[in-house]
Amino acid sequence: MSIETVDLTHVYMPGTERAVVAVDRVSLRIDDGETVGIMGPTGSGKSTLIQHFNGLLRPTSGRVLIDGEDLWPREKDGPRTADLHKVRRKVGLIFQFPEHQLFEESVYDDIAFGPRNLGLPEEEVRRRVTVALRMVGVPEDEAEALGRRSPFSLSGGQMRRVAIAGVLAMRPATLVLDEPTAGLDPRGRLELLETLSRLHRRWGLTLVVVSHNMEDLAALVDRVIILDQGRLILDGPTREVFRDPESLRRLGLDAPPVVALMHALAARGAQVDVSRLSPREAAEEIDQWIRAGRPRRAGSGREGDAGLVHV
Amino acid sequence: MPPDDLIVTSGLGHRYGAGTEQEVTALEGVDLRIAQGEFVAVIGPNGSGKSTLARHLNALLLPTEGRVTVNGLDTRDPDHHWSIRQTVGMVFQNPDNQIVATVVEEDVAFGPENLAVPPEEIRRRVDEALALVRMQDYARHAPHLLSGGQKQRVAIAGALAMRPACLVLDEATAMLDPRGRREVLQTVRRLNRDEGLTVVLITHFMEEAALADRVVVLDRGHLVMDGRPEEVFSEVDFLEGIGLGVPQIVGVRRLLEEAGHPIPPSVLTLEAMVDFLCP
Repeated sequence: MSIETVDLTHVYMPGTERAVVAVDRVSLRIDDGETVGIMGPTGSGKSTLIQHFNGLLRPTSGRVLIDGEDLWPREKDGPRTADLHKVRRKVGLIFQFPEHQLFEESVYDDIAFGPRNLGLPEEEVRRRVTVALRMVGVPEDEAEALGRRSPFSLSGGQMRRVAIAGVLAMRPATLVLDEPTAGLDPRGRLELLETLSRLHRRWGLTLVVVSHNMEDLAALVDRVIILDQGRLILDGPTREVFRDPESLRRLGLDAPPVVALMHALAARGAQVDVSRLSPREAAEEIDQWIRAGRPRRAGSGREGDAGLVHV
Repeated sequence: MPPDDLIVTSGLGHRYGAGTEQEVTALEGVDLRIAQGEFVAVIGPNGSGKSTLARHLNALLLPTEGRVTVNGLDTRDPDHHWSIRQTVGMVFQNPDNQIVATVVEEDVAFGPENLAVPPEEIRRRVDEALALVRMQDYARHAPHLLSGGQKQRVAIAGALAMRPACLVLDEATAMLDPRGRREVLQTVRRLNRDEGLTVVLITHFMEEAALADRVVVLDRGHLVMDGRPEEVFSEVDFLEGIGLGVPQIVGVRRLLEEAGHPIPPSVLTLEAMVDFLCP
């Protein structure tokens, strides 16, 4: 399925003195099977934007089209053909700290909540819970025992996976996640990234990930969209976007440490390819550079350090 | 006790729900000495007891075993709590639920007002605290219009207005964007270096821990490592084994070492790596 916004604008408290333009004329299109990261400083409109992707928020002006169907047609365009409930099932939205929204007594009941609301027979509900747990990395033979536990007895990373399973049980085609790894420890973070990556690779889900964590985006998405003050200011392949750490920094964002390292070396004249995203890629590039005798551009020195990213 | 130990935990243990079916041991046998002026990072996987430890450092939680002293005062004695909480200030994770007033300077004044500090002294402390976190220009602003990093700096100023000897930051950067994180880290580093403030930084970010003078590692309630960052982050296998990691730069260092290029363990940060590779 595709998500498209055309000149999407969202104003909070419109017409009042405190009106805030949270999203400002954003046009974008996300196609089936893509992995897209959305980044931008706090207050840049990321969370407001994604809540339009499944019709939770209504644009102040502009349009949102899901599979070409306008979610909020104007009167002259005729009646709405898109079914908002259906759209909300197709586009699963996972808010920050989704585990805070767990409330049932057991993991099973929590994941079953959505499917039961659809009025599905209990047998189908059970199947969906089992599949959803498998999708987030819980083996079938452990699903039953886990299902009986209280969600509140789980670790932070497990709780988050259960919360995601609850959305997956609605069978969405697209998963939109707001800061999915915030507050997780390194292992929980890696496991969740692996889970999300597998949802894309094995099950073909489209992923839209809002994140401050550049390492996560570098590992997970092929395309990055940058928002600043509600405007879409950059949209391109991940490698291209991270190619210019200095402009990211001006926006209050950082390139991943590895990208910053390659740029800092290049700024000192080292002849290295700066478009390296992972530690492994960077180490290979530096290894080759050392073996080649550490070639440097003539006349280069430490004056290039202006571009160095300091914590 | 040597006079320069500000905080001492001896055999510190904490069990939640002691005696009930849900009893959970959050800390066990933790011996830790934090000297005046140190910058200590505490890392550990989720559920390792980091926040529980933090809350013992200013008597928000009391030991169920062992003891904690702050400036020699035992936290189990309720008569000491005011003095201990003045000595050790806390900054928490969520920038949105730490600020109580509708104007920044009133929020910073909240602590000293509670202590019945005279008004002119409060004025002095508020101005000084806001200047220390570089937020003096926002004194009359409404906190809800500030960025996350600015809110956390106001929260730090609120703690500083109590004239603490130590600041404990319990994942205070976890909800911030990169600029906000940088603002908060620069602020606490400067307070540590220039003002001699003791800092205990609880964090999930290995990059942040690498900036400290000392790193303490917790795992399932036990203190399992305590050393300089270069010592701790040399133990990559151990850290990964308990669910932690190393800063990305250390990951690169390790791969380069495997490729046959030895790099000193003190190379933990981007700056150090660049200096080493390309002096």
